[in-house]
Order: sequence, then structure tokens, then C-alpha cells
Amino acid sequence: MAKKVIYAVYEDPEELKTGARKLVSHGIKVKDVFSPFPVHGIDPIIGITRTRLGIVSFMFGITGTCLALLGIWYFNIFDWPMNIGGKPSQAMYKNLPAFIPVTFEFTVLCAAHGMAITYLIRNKTLPGMPARNPDPRTTDDKFIIEVRTDENHGHTAEEITGLLRETPVFEINERQY
Amino acid sequence: MHSEASIREPLILGHKTYHDITNDIVTPIENKAPRGWYVLMVIASLIAAYGTGCILYLISKGIGVWGLNKTVDWAWDITNFVWWVGIGHAGTLISAVLLLFRQKWRMAINRSAEAMTIFAVIMAATFPGIHMGRIWMSYWVLPLPNQFGSLWVNFNSPLLWDVFAISTYFSVSLVFWYIGLIPDFATIRDRVTKPAMKKAYSILSFGWTGNAKAWTRFEEVSLVLAGIATPLVFSVHSVVSFDFATSIVPGWHTTIFPPYFVSGAVFSGFAMVQTLLLVMRKVMHLENYITIKHIEYMNIVIIVTGSIVGVAYITELFISWYSGVEYESYAFINRATGPYWWAYWSMMTCNVISPQLFWFRKLRRNLAFTFFMSIIVNIGMWFERFVIIVTSLHRDYLPSAWTMFHPTWVDVGVFIGTIGIFFTLYLLFARYFPVLALNEVKSILKVSGESYKKDAAKHQHH
Repeated sequence: MAKKVIYAVYEDPEELKTGARKLVSHGIKVKDVFSPFPVHGIDPIIGITRTRLGIVSFMFGITGTCLALLGIWYFNIFDWPMNIGGKPSQAMYKNLPAFIPVTFEFTVLCAAHGMAITYLIRNKTLPGMPARNPDPRTTDDKFIIEVRTDENHGHTAEEITGLLRETPVFEINERQY
Repeated sequence: MHSEASIREPLILGHKTYHDITNDIVTPIENKAPRGWYVLMVIASLIAAYGTGCILYLISKGIGVWGLNKTVDWAWDITNFVWWVGIGHAGTLISAVLLLFRQKWRMAINRSAEAMTIFAVIMAATFPGIHMGRIWMSYWVLPLPNQFGSLWVNFNSPLLWDVFAISTYFSVSLVFWYIGLIPDFATIRDRVTKPAMKKAYSILSFGWTGNAKAWTRFEEVSLVLAGIATPLVFSVHSVVSFDFATSIVPGWHTTIFPPYFVSGAVFSGFAMVQTLLLVMRKVMHLENYITIKHIEYMNIVIIVTGSIVGVAYITELFISWYSGVEYESYAFINRATGPYWWAYWSMMTCNVISPQLFWFRKLRRNLAFTFFMSIIVNIGMWFERFVIIVTSLHRDYLPSAWTMFHPTWVDVGVFIGTIGIFFTLYLLFARYFPVLALNEVKSILKVSGESYKKDAAKHQHH
């Protein structure tokens, strides 16, 4: 049997969710969904787990805090303590209040950029990458469900398109791959 | 689906489809620019060229060509720096703080406001750079290993905090803005037909697919970046105010500065957003997206922050008397009645009195009046920084050193020049970038769009 990929095109995010729910309730695995903006509530339907980018950001942030404190301690307390206006830099804990602003800024710097870079790599969106959406209309006004037959051995392509036609689908495209 | 109360004014007027939104925003990018754009571009770039010339002259001759003297050793340069940073704050407030508060009206204006932030911060960063005199040594502000001992930068100094604050703020704003732009660049990429444009937007869009997981990550990144950009934006102008507040100069040495500077920054930033958007919505026919209601919301922010600034001015005056410190009292009496009285009263009129007119709903929703007021507030906020900086310095503890500050043509040229560079960058943005956050505006269409709201109301009455 030839492997087929089915694209069900919808015109509205709610209609797309109806379609996805229908497929999933019949035990069909939805490969992916493409849309011009986030479709809220689609993730639990097609089984997408929550992203861990928030945790990544926290880890980068805490690394930034530690690096900033360590660096400042080395520069201004250990290696070259300065005495400015009769206020010598002698101990980290005495000077700490004055070190908070830079520590905070560096924490934010690391958290934001660390997360942003992770995000770009995980999404495979980097400068010069080719577009990989199945249909150029998905960045304009169409919402697409992608189903692959080789992931759904219990169902034929006809069965899947039949189910989709019971939902307010705009068009269905099939492709061999 | 989530629906919205019918008494809320719609945020997108007329009957629009998703495709209409794409059309309305992308068509101006595909077509030839209107003549007005070329006219504005020529004017802006000529001013920018003049300003660049002044900056090069300044760098080659040294900062002696400015009007600074040994008493007033900070004047227009730092005034302009604080003014530009302040303008930048509105963009982050709109995109980050309003995102956390789930304010949907931000979606039509956040893209252009953030662009404004980035360009304003670039202009701001120019001033400390050129004020160093020997700009080729500007890397000395970084803690780099060196042959002097090694002598490190002083992390106790607010001036160094500023280096970290401004550079973090600039780079984080840029990333936040660009991450939001990627899906919209993909929309342009999938639509344009000219090969050169297709190639360019294909590179800019980083191969965005718009699959479900990518959008989940997108929303998480937006939320977390908004969450960390919010304390960041407040910290930036607080740190700017520390440049003054941690000194012992009467008029600067006040604990009220951080909140007072932050609200002043938001106040001036929203005024600049109004100036830019009122022109842009007209020229690019965005009246259906940037509605009168959007303008009114921004005017409400202006009146709130303007009133906070007014309270701060009056608190400062009161405390200078109540403290019993005669130097402090004199600094404020001198501001109001000394040789710079005109600057002080311009500031008071522009920032405290005139925004109160926005209490009238008619005026809040009047475009010509709003535009006029936005210019007034921009002028007023420039004078605020001038008053704080110059009137505090020109007469301090030592009367024999009292003097006046007179700007030279280089002072004026550099300042006007940065306005030119700013507008050049903004015009390029308006021409080649999606000026509305397409993906965000589309996501609220069926909830806050005018015709959809009417349909929903009809269903309820059946």
C-alpha cells in the first residue's frame, strides 16, 4: 500500500478543532496542525505536551545570577578592591547592595537570550532555513490537519477522508510520499 | 469559543476576514511606496546626514565643541540620552506589561511601538558613546582583562549599572520584537511573488512552519519574555535615575527619582507612539485596526502617567522645603524663579497642566488634538530632563562657579540629527516590515472584530 499524507484544510480554528477531535475519537493519530496563529486548545486534543522552555529560561537565568556574582566578586573584591570616597570594597556581603543592579541585568540577559536561542533551535527556525509548511496558505488564512497513513495502520485513506468530510472541512488534499 | 461582552468597543472595525488582514498589511509592502513616503524619507535622511556629520565633527574635534563648561559638564547630551531612553519605554510597556495584563488592544500597536523602542534606544546609546570623547576607547566600560594592573570597572558605580541596563534592555527588546516578527515574515514569504522579495523574506522568516508545537513554544516564549521584560523596563529607567539620585548635587539627590523617572518615561513614550501612529494609520489606511478606541486608551495612559509625574514634581518641591536643607530648597527656588524659569514653567505647563485636558472624552477621542498634545508632551519631557540636569548643575554649592549653559550649533545639530536618524529607521520599518502583529490581530478577530461581535449579539437575543 502506498504511503499517503492527508491534508484537511479548514477556514476556522474552531472547525479545525472539531475535525481533530473527530479523528482522535476514532483512534486516528494526527501528525501535526498548521495555522496562521496559535489555535488555543489544540494541544491536548492532538497530544502535544507542555513546552519546557520556561524551565530552560530559569536555568539560564540562575546561571546568569551565579556568573554575575562570581565575576563581580573576582573583579571588585578579590583581584582589585577599590577604595572610592572612603568606602573600600572589602567584603562581598558589605558591597552586595551595590552589586544587585548588574546582577539583575545579567540574570535577565542570560534568561532572555538563553531561552530565545533554545526556542529557535528547538523550532528549527534559524537564518536560511527553508520553509516547511505544507501549504503557503497556512500562514495566511487556512488551518491544516496533517494525517499520515503509515502512522495509522488500522485505517485506510478513504476511511480518514470520510470522517473528515463529516466535519466542516474546506478541502482535502492527498499526497503520496 | 471565548466571547467578549458586547458593551466593549470592537478593536477591529468593519467586516474583515483573516485574508483581509493579510491583504491590508502586506499589500503596501508589495506595492511601490506612495510619494509621501519618499518625501518624508528624503527629509528624514537629510537631517540624519547632517546629524551624522555633526557627530563625526564632534568625534574628530573632541567634546569641547559642545557648550559644556566646568560647572555645567552634563547638559544636552545627557538630556537627550534620558529623553530617548524614556521614549523607548512605551514600546516595552505595551508589548510586555499589557501582555501580562491580557490587554487585547495592545495587539494592533505593539509591533510599531516596539520598533520605536529599538530605534529610540539606539539613539539614546549614541549619547553616552559620543560623550566619552574618545569613542574608540568605549570598550573600557566592559570588564575586560587589560594591561593596567589589571584594572577592572567599578561595579559600585551607577554609570556602569547603566551600561549593563541599557545593553540588556536593547538586546532583549530586539529579540522580543524579532521573535514576534518571524511568523509575520513567513506570511509575507508565502505570499510575495517577486523572487528577490521572496528570497529576502525567506531568510528573515527563518523557515517558520507554524505547526502546533511551534505555536505553543511561541506563546511560552512571549509570556516568559514579557515576564522578564517587565521588571527589566522598570529597572532600566530606575538605573538611569540613579545616575543622578546617587550623587550629592542638590536637586538630584532625591529618593523619589526612580518611580518618577519611570512614569515620566512611559508618559513621554506614549506621546511618541501617538505621534508616530496617528501619521501611520492615516498614510497606510490602518483606521480599521488602530481605532479611535486605541487612541483613547493611550490617552488614558498619558493622563495617568502625566498625573503621577505632576505629583512627583509637587512632592519634590514640598520635600525641598520640608527637609530644611537650604541647598536643596535653593535648587528648587532657583528652578522656578532663577534664570531658567522659562524652562521650568514650560515643563510644568506641558507635562502637568495640558494633559489634564484629556479628562474630556471629546478631546481624548479627537485626533488633531491628540496629535498636538503628543508633540506638547514630547517637548515638555525634553524640558523636564533639561531642567533636572542643567538647573541643578549651573548653581550648586560654590557661588563663584555659578554660570549658564549655552548650546553650540554642534549640540543642536547632534540632537536634531538623532531625530532624523530615528525617523529614517522608522520609515524603513514602516515600508518593509509588517507594521501590525498579523498573527496576534488575527487571533482576536472573531472575538473583538466589529461584525463578529454583532453576530454574537444577535445569537444571544434569539
